[in-house]
Amino acid sequence: MLKQLSKSIREYKKAALITPVFVTLEVILECALPFIIANLVNQIKAGAGIDVILKTGGILALMSLVSLACGSAAGFTCSTASCGFAKNLRSDMFAKIQSYSFENIDRFSTSSLVTRLTTDVSNIQNAYMMIIRTAIRSPLMLIFAFIMAFVMGGKMGWIFVLVVPILGVGLFLISKKAMPRFRSVFKKYDNLNSSIQENIKGMRVVKSFVREDYEQKKFSTAAEDVCRDFTVAERIVALNGPLMQFCLYAVMIFTLTFGSYTVITTMGLDLDVGQMSALLTYSFMMLSSLMMLSMIFVMITMAEESAKRVCEVLSEESTLENPENPVYNVASGAVDFDNVSFKYSKKAKKNALEGIDLHIRSGETIGIIGGTGSSKSSLIQLISRLYDATEGEVRVGGVNVKDYDLETLRNSVSVVLQKNLLFSGTIKENLRWGNKDATDEEIISACRMACADEFIETFPDKYDTYIEQGGTNVSGGQKQRLCIARALLKKPKILILDDSTSAVDTKTDAKIRAAMRRYIPETTKLIIAQRTASVEDADRIIVMDSGHIADIGTHEELIKKSDIYREIYISQNKADSKDGGEAE
Amino acid sequence: MSKNSAGKSGKTVVQNKKGLLGRLFKLMLSFYPVMLPFTIFLIIFNSVIRSLPAIFQQKIFEIIESNPTWGDVSTRIFTLVAILASLYLLSLAADFTFAQLMAFITQGTLKKLRVKMFGNMQYLPIKFFDQNDHGDIMSRYTNDIDTLRQMISQSLPQLLMSATSITTLFVIMIYLSVPMTVIVISGVALMTVIVRKIGGGSAKYFFKQQTSLGKLEGFAEEIMNGEKVVKVFCHEEEAKSDFEKLNQSLFEDADRANKYANILGPILNNIGNILYVIVALAGGILLIFNVPNISLKGAAISISIVVPFLNMTKQFTGNINQISHQINAIVMGMAGTKRIFDMMDSPAEADDGYVTLVNAREENGELTECPERTGRWAWKHPHQDGSVTYTELQGDVRLFDVDFEYEEGKPVLRDVSLYARPGQKVAFVGATGAGKTTITNLINRFYDIADGKIRYDGININKIKKNDLRHSLGIVLQDTNLFTGTVMDNIRYGRLEASDEECIAAAELAGADDFITRLPDGYSTMLRENGSNLSQGQRQLLSIARAAVADPPVMILDEATSSIDTRTEAIVQRGMDALMVGRTVFVIAHRLSTVKNSDVIIVLDHGSIIERGSHDELINAKGQYYQLYTGAFELE
Repeated sequence: MLKQLSKSIREYKKAALITPVFVTLEVILECALPFIIANLVNQIKAGAGIDVILKTGGILALMSLVSLACGSAAGFTCSTASCGFAKNLRSDMFAKIQSYSFENIDRFSTSSLVTRLTTDVSNIQNAYMMIIRTAIRSPLMLIFAFIMAFVMGGKMGWIFVLVVPILGVGLFLISKKAMPRFRSVFKKYDNLNSSIQENIKGMRVVKSFVREDYEQKKFSTAAEDVCRDFTVAERIVALNGPLMQFCLYAVMIFTLTFGSYTVITTMGLDLDVGQMSALLTYSFMMLSSLMMLSMIFVMITMAEESAKRVCEVLSEESTLENPENPVYNVASGAVDFDNVSFKYSKKAKKNALEGIDLHIRSGETIGIIGGTGSSKSSLIQLISRLYDATEGEVRVGGVNVKDYDLETLRNSVSVVLQKNLLFSGTIKENLRWGNKDATDEEIISACRMACADEFIETFPDKYDTYIEQGGTNVSGGQKQRLCIARALLKKPKILILDDSTSAVDTKTDAKIRAAMRRYIPETTKLIIAQRTASVEDADRIIVMDSGHIADIGTHEELIKKSDIYREIYISQNKADSKDGGEAE
Repeated sequence: MSKNSAGKSGKTVVQNKKGLLGRLFKLMLSFYPVMLPFTIFLIIFNSVIRSLPAIFQQKIFEIIESNPTWGDVSTRIFTLVAILASLYLLSLAADFTFAQLMAFITQGTLKKLRVKMFGNMQYLPIKFFDQNDHGDIMSRYTNDIDTLRQMISQSLPQLLMSATSITTLFVIMIYLSVPMTVIVISGVALMTVIVRKIGGGSAKYFFKQQTSLGKLEGFAEEIMNGEKVVKVFCHEEEAKSDFEKLNQSLFEDADRANKYANILGPILNNIGNILYVIVALAGGILLIFNVPNISLKGAAISISIVVPFLNMTKQFTGNINQISHQINAIVMGMAGTKRIFDMMDSPAEADDGYVTLVNAREENGELTECPERTGRWAWKHPHQDGSVTYTELQGDVRLFDVDFEYEEGKPVLRDVSLYARPGQKVAFVGATGAGKTTITNLINRFYDIADGKIRYDGININKIKKNDLRHSLGIVLQDTNLFTGTVMDNIRYGRLEASDEECIAAAELAGADDFITRLPDGYSTMLRENGSNLSQGQRQLLSIARAAVADPPVMILDEATSSIDTRTEAIVQRGMDALMVGRTVFVIAHRLSTVKNSDVIIVLDHGSIIERGSHDELINAKGQYYQLYTGAFELE
């Protein structure tokens, strides 16, 4: 995991390495300060001249300034190191996600990917900053303060050998006991929050069934549960402070009693008053750096979960690879399926497609029809290699799709997906996804073919109309027509429409099909539809039923020989007949 | 509490939020009337106790410095150490109790705020949910509550502790020597200026960082949502380069924000050290030149004043440093508190209704109220003269000249009049934005009409208590919302007291029983995330069953537009039809078959009724409906 993450440090390695150097200098100076201060105090007490005091004070001030410079420098470098690391991490994750195949994408939900890219990376960034700055500072501080305590206090330093382990073990035990509780309470907390989300989304239902009180009661119980667990976990962590205080006080009492004894009995030879008060300062330094360490420990454990989730994204390998010597030219729009079977994941028990043999000539118009779950979409997704066939071979223009350069293949096979999307930006910008260099004329002619021109012209800003995120400011039918135009701009050899006119009225639907027949006759067209009316005039219609091709033929042939086709046809046309009656 | 902290620390930041802090404090006080004051007492007590040991330490040092023999002073030293030890013990006890109580108070307060906020949210008008981004509402429960936790459990106690220590130290310092106090205070003033300068810069860039992060998040979300489209169009490289731009600006802002935050500690720390040197020098000068001292104690400057003074300087600056660490957390916590209070203060749905819905039975030809469920209901209408009349619930709904607008100046409905007799089906047809859903929103009073009248069984719906009005209306929405729980729980949502048998009967009526019994655990199958383990059609069937178990006399149906396959559609259609039998139904229709079978079809265009009549009448009229029916328009 660490190895995986450390790959993203790159150009910020220098900043990360130099930070500890600055931190070390800062710590050394900080630890030396009480020593000098003890001198100063002694000098004042001894009634030393102003010049001596000035000299020691000057040294002290100078050291402070250097320490300030080092501390600030460390603050700067560690900020750059950690923010830069986070930037690279986000960048690597995003690039990785862009390399994913459909199969990879199916494994992650969008919201989980976004959380990993933002919150999780922030957690890692903070932990990383902690590690290169504080995690080095605290042990160093501990060691230097320890050494100084011995240098100044002599035998008295031994008290720390006793107290430090007690505190260390105590803090460790507390964290160890608290962590699993925090983990489980965070899970409950997540559930609580998702129930709030559910409530907000379903507010219309809550209100129309007058369930406000019921929801409130349900929530109270859950909140009570979270609160109870949280309190327990926090109470354990709340032992940290008193434990630390206890150790500090123990050291104080010891130092004061035995210190006084030593000073008085040795007449200030082994230990003087200045040194004794410095000893107290060192004890405070040591214990608080231990405290810091335990906090870092907790933080790192929390960041560990985030690191795991980030690594999951980074280590996911795309299931589709470009071939070694790819073919860069698609000869024709012919499509062949040779005994193709397909399942979405290796673990899936059932094949989504089973024994498909299908041969489509270049320029043919093929209709595909069938119920939900009959794998219509699965079939067409194999053509542009959105997924790879599990068995058998899919060929485009006579060449196995696995031998093509992916970009070449996908530019020749244009798919209008069922769950299609427009992106925020102007209509023109959206359409240029199909072809970056499309001229305005090309855009307009594609829109005419897709019957999109007619409504675009009614917008005040025409082709520069801004589309909101998710295309919420155009109607469903308009969105579908824009998506078709976008696909047409690719000038593909094969055009696939996956239920792309479901929200378009029947007349426009027919107009679009007529235009395609007229203007792009050489393009192979595959049209998936719910309505039989959308495929009636196709050269051939494929009827899909639970992963198999149930029948192939023209409309007239299928009406005669295919029960499924006939049933669909009748159910859709019955409402139009004069005597009415609903579908039965 | 609030005054104290506001007076001493980052003045500008905390002061204008004093009202908020005061309110938070009052609220917490009402939650924990004994525990909270006691905890505050403990904090103050503890910080006072903690500044005392310095005095006794000094006494010990003084004894040592008089060059005594151990035998002469040992009892005095032991007495002093014993006093110290008991002070420490007191402090330890206070510390322990405080920390434990704080865990209770923090979590308890958060829970109570959460429950209060959620409780209030249930009664907010639908308008609130339409106008506010759901993610934004959510973040009050997550981010804002989290920042509040940090503030209550750590920042505020720390602030109070530091403020008390500073006050105590200040008093002692004045007591010992005024001139030297002036030096310390001017040094502290410098520190305050720096905290404000750097802290302000840090806050500014942290804010910028949040904005950049929001932009990056929005972009990533949009792209990843459409990741499959990106792949189909080979748009990966463009997406990456756009992302890099946002990523770079996020990096720059984050880097600046963190740099500011990081240097604050070393700067304050070392200014503290330099201040120490200055005080030491000043002390030295005062000592050597025997400058007369001004102090409450009245004593001249001596070693026994200078040395403790130096220690206090260190403590003083240390406390300032502590406060500076808490400022960011407090600013963020206050912003969170404001958002939480805003939500708690949002006015609930107004309801002046007084007509209620009661179970009824007929006695001697007259309708009377009865406690048990009889399957008949009546509107109980109390009058000003104290008399009460009962009107049978029949489901007669009439709209008279109704006008409505969501936003001022943008009318959505104009002059809409229509009626539905008990048992009639009324279908609304028209383009997106024609006002179909709006009419149904007015009938169940999700929104209130601007002008005109709506009468239900002859009663103005404004007089009917909202809850009772809604009880009498069933609703099946286009987007199905199910709740986490079993299938049975979800059906029972329609009527909480319904028995299992009644729920199953409702499922059978809706045509949902068939697929439910085929689920792994049947009616006990757990649904999660809005029933993500069910298909779209199955979710719709469940929502029909849920409405069926409520068995209301009036139904509002919003047919789904999403394409489900023909067979499931037929089942859903059958369920809808079964539900409509014997009820007054308003249906926002997307299927021609539904429209055709309605008693009245109302064609809406831009908020006005342009055609009305039965199917045959409208077809003969050859108007807009005819065009729609023959497929010349999109039916949305």
